[in-house]
This record gives sequence, structure tokens and C-alpha cells, in this order.
Amino acid sequence: MGLRKVAVVGAGMTKFVRRALETGKELAYEAAKMALDSCELTLDDVDGVALGTAPEAFDGVHMKGEYLSDGAGAWRKPFMRCYVGGGTGVFTPIQGWYHVASGLFDVCLVVCEEKMSSCQPHPQGAFLTIFDHSTERPLEPNLLWIFALEMNRYMHMHGLQKKDIALVSVKNKRNAADHPCAMLGDPNITVEDVLNSEVLAWPVQRLDVSPISDGAVALVLASENVAKRITDKPVWIKGVGWSLDSAYWTNRDLYYPKYVEYAARMAYEMAGIREPRKEIHIVEPYDPFDYKELHHLEGLLLADKGDAPRLTAEGVTARTGNMPVCPSGGLLGVGNPIAAAGLMKVAEIFWQLRGEAGKRQVPGKPITGLAQAWGDLMQVGTVVILGIGG
Amino acid sequence: MTSKIKEFPGVALRESDFAEKKILYTTWEPNARYAWDAGIAIGRYLAELKQGRIIGTRCHKCRRTVVPPRNFCEWCFRPMDEWVYLEDYGVVNTYSITYVKWNMVRVEQPILPAVIEIAGASKGMGIMHLLGEVEPDEVKIGMKVQAVWKPAKERVGAITDILYFKPVE
Repeated sequence: MGLRKVAVVGAGMTKFVRRALETGKELAYEAAKMALDSCELTLDDVDGVALGTAPEAFDGVHMKGEYLSDGAGAWRKPFMRCYVGGGTGVFTPIQGWYHVASGLFDVCLVVCEEKMSSCQPHPQGAFLTIFDHSTERPLEPNLLWIFALEMNRYMHMHGLQKKDIALVSVKNKRNAADHPCAMLGDPNITVEDVLNSEVLAWPVQRLDVSPISDGAVALVLASENVAKRITDKPVWIKGVGWSLDSAYWTNRDLYYPKYVEYAARMAYEMAGIREPRKEIHIVEPYDPFDYKELHHLEGLLLADKGDAPRLTAEGVTARTGNMPVCPSGGLLGVGNPIAAAGLMKVAEIFWQLRGEAGKRQVPGKPITGLAQAWGDLMQVGTVVILGIGG
Repeated sequence: MTSKIKEFPGVALRESDFAEKKILYTTWEPNARYAWDAGIAIGRYLAELKQGRIIGTRCHKCRRTVVPPRNFCEWCFRPMDEWVYLEDYGVVNTYSITYVKWNMVRVEQPILPAVIEIAGASKGMGIMHLLGEVEPDEVKIGMKVQAVWKPAKERVGAITDILYFKPVE
């Protein structure tokens, strides 16, 4: 395709917290500065900036991209903001990737920020405005409802029980206990804790869902010639993919995320991956709810339809399993500042492949990993595949 | 890299910080007002709801009858060919038993949102609505349900002209 190779060469992140003292701009700065420092670059080395952040309604700041731009290192630089709801965190590095792959830039800073806490009394209220204004909003839906509808459909089609799914929440919250930025790490959580937690919108209970959070994450992307000058451990972006399904979500069978499969197939083809279950060593699928990790593993073709719960129960997806899934702790454990949470997944793969994940490091020296996010009205899949060597 | 960093940036605020007035903040309550035109397809849909009927549209190319109706087929990317009256009953495709309103305020009596596949439309064509006149633990996927309409005089041409769907034999 005439595309240049693109590497991730640096990463940074803030803690994920329920309500941060810092403004969104300050959080973006902290993550961006850490990412640049990690690869010993300065803002002068950055040719352009890609920013991802979610709905304005959380912040009450219109043209939020422009508001955040100074914190994202965009002063007098080519700057773009992109947004596909919850999928933003993996969509934004794709924007950065083609800035560099196209030959336009040699170094691109990718920043994702979210400050959900500003929306009072609860940011969930802002989600009412994503529903169709004539056919759905008069029924006053809560965003949790549609996840509950999707989860119930998934459970029904595969004959699953809540306890099969709660294992994901337990795994991820335990993994997060080893993440220095995590909000909800808990080394002692059990399936019973999840099953006994408050019912919000059955089958969704309190511990099935990730928390409201503030935080930011940043990556530095570089072209091959630059990457090889500044690091001996470049992590290459091997493939990218994204796909959007219909916004008529009640006309789709919610039990299977076809759009995630399309996004994955696009990324696998670009990366030359023919047998994803053998070639993908480590996975960070989007897990805002515990069932979503399972749903997405199936959409990514890393598990047969309805079989992801078995893989979880058998420990295949544990940090020490054959295919570690969400070794970071995921959104369920680290937290869910929407756009930042997706980019955290890409950063986790970067750190894992470089062997720099500390207590979270998976064994076996993985060389290929995949991060995925999902969002909009349950309709977008975004996928990035990273690899070392080659 | 994460393994080398001892202290990450980001200061978590606590309830006590606010109680002790340690934190400064400003507030704002927007008063945003909108009037959304229903458009061509949903305009007809709402007008038919006022008459106590559910209507969809059909594309002759992909042979789908869809609801909510649109005036173009998003698959074939061409105009829809005809309006089709549908039944005011269908089956529950999926549902939730929810204790939170849109703004996260808890409710005592659960709300029962559902996707209902409308009879007369193509397989899998559902709309979101609420279930009523049923105990939460008696709701089942695949259950047949029928619209309970507002009295004709009270209908205004809105999705809420259907109060809810109730189980039928």
C-alpha cells in the first residue's frame, strides 16, 4: 500500500481517579509530558498531534478539543481531534498512525483525556442525549439499559449464567491490584462479591460495570528511521482496523458484535495474521462491562461464539494463561475515563511487549498483542495490533 | 517504563476535601432548549402512532421491512419503496429489569425496558419500548407482547402514545 512503518516509542499516563484535582488540560499535559520524557523527546520533535476525547456534555465545554489542545502539546502544530464514543481511545492512535504511515509526519503525539466528574450530579445523565430524539429519548433511557439489553441477549443466546460472566470482573479487578494507576484493584474480590453487588439494571450489577473516572494517557508514534534512532525497543503498529455498524441498534442482533469482527479482520489482514488464536499472544479487549470482554474476544475471532466464558473459567485468559486478556486490569479494574481508558490498553500492550510492565508482566515474552475498543451506540469497533521484531 | 516510575501524576480528591472546603470550583446550570423536527420517515411514524398504528418501510432490493421506518435504505442506499402497516404486537428480543432512571436516581418499582420485534416487519426488526402489566420475574425472551395505547384523545404523535407492551397469549 506504500505505507511507512510506524512504531510506538513512548507512553505516559496519569492515575485514573473518581475526581481529579487537575483540570482536563492539566491531566492531558501530565500524560503527554511523561510520554515525551519516556523517549527523551521534546515538543520541538513533534510534527503533529492527534487528540481523542469523548462527549462535550461531560465537561460542559464546547469545542473541547481546542480547549485541551495546549495541554496536549498542540501549540502551533497540525492538530486534530477525533471521536467515536467509547471506541475513541483506540481510534485516536489509528489517526496518529496514518499521519506517520502516510509520510506526512515523522513524529506524532497521541493524547487521550477524559474528565467525567465535572458532569453533576452524575455523568450518566449526559448519555440520555445520545439516543434518537424522536423514537427513544422520550422513553428516558439510561445508557446502562442498553448494555443490560445486550448482556441479556448474549446470555440468552448462549445459555450463560451471571456467575460465568462475573469471573471476568474478578480477574480484571485482581489484575488491577498490580497497576500503579488503578482505581478499583482488589486482590481479594470473589465471584460472590460480584453476584451480591447492587442490581442496577439486571443483568448488570454494580461490580459488573466500570467506574466513572478522570484521567489521561499519551503515546509517541514515530516513523521507522526516527524510531530506530531513539530506541532499541520500537513496538511496531502492525495493523489497524475499525468499522461502524448501523445506529438502528434495535434492528441488530446484539448477541454478536459483527462490527468488531470487521475491524479485526481489517487489522489481521494488514498485519499478515492468518491464525489470530496462535499469533496474538496478549489481548486488551474493551471491558467497560464484564460481559463485553467475552463479547469482544468472540468478535475478535479469538474465541468461538459463546465459548469465551469457558476460556475464562479454565484460566486461559489469566495473566499467566495461554492468552492473557486484560493483564492491565482493564476498565473494570484500572478505571474508565472513556477515551483515556482505550489508549491505556494500547499503552499496556506497548509496556508488555517491551517487558516493562513490572508486576503486571505476562510470562513467555509475548511478541504480538492486540488492543480493542468499542462505543458509539453499541456500534463501533476499533483495533490496533502491536508487535516487536520484523 | 511503568515499572520504573514510582509515582504517577494525578491527585484524587476525597469527599472530605469538599466538606473542609479545601477545593475551589465553579458551577453552571445550562438551560439548553431544542426543537427537533421529526423528519419525513419518523414524521409519518409518529403520525401513525397517533392513529394507533405502527408503520414501517420496505426496500424491494434487500426485501427488508424495517421499523422504525426510514425513507432511504441504509444497506442499498436508495429510496425505500413502500410504507407497510405492521401489527401492534411482537415478541421480546431482550429485556432488562432496571432500578435506575436516566439520571441514575433509583426507583422502587423496576422499569422494564425491552427490544420488541414487531410482527409484520422482517425478522429481528425491533424497537425499544417498555413492558408493563407483568411481574419482572415473569418476563421471558420470546414472550409475545402487545401495545397498550393511550386513549385516542390523549395521543399526540409520539413514541409515548404507546404506554407499554403487555404479555398476551
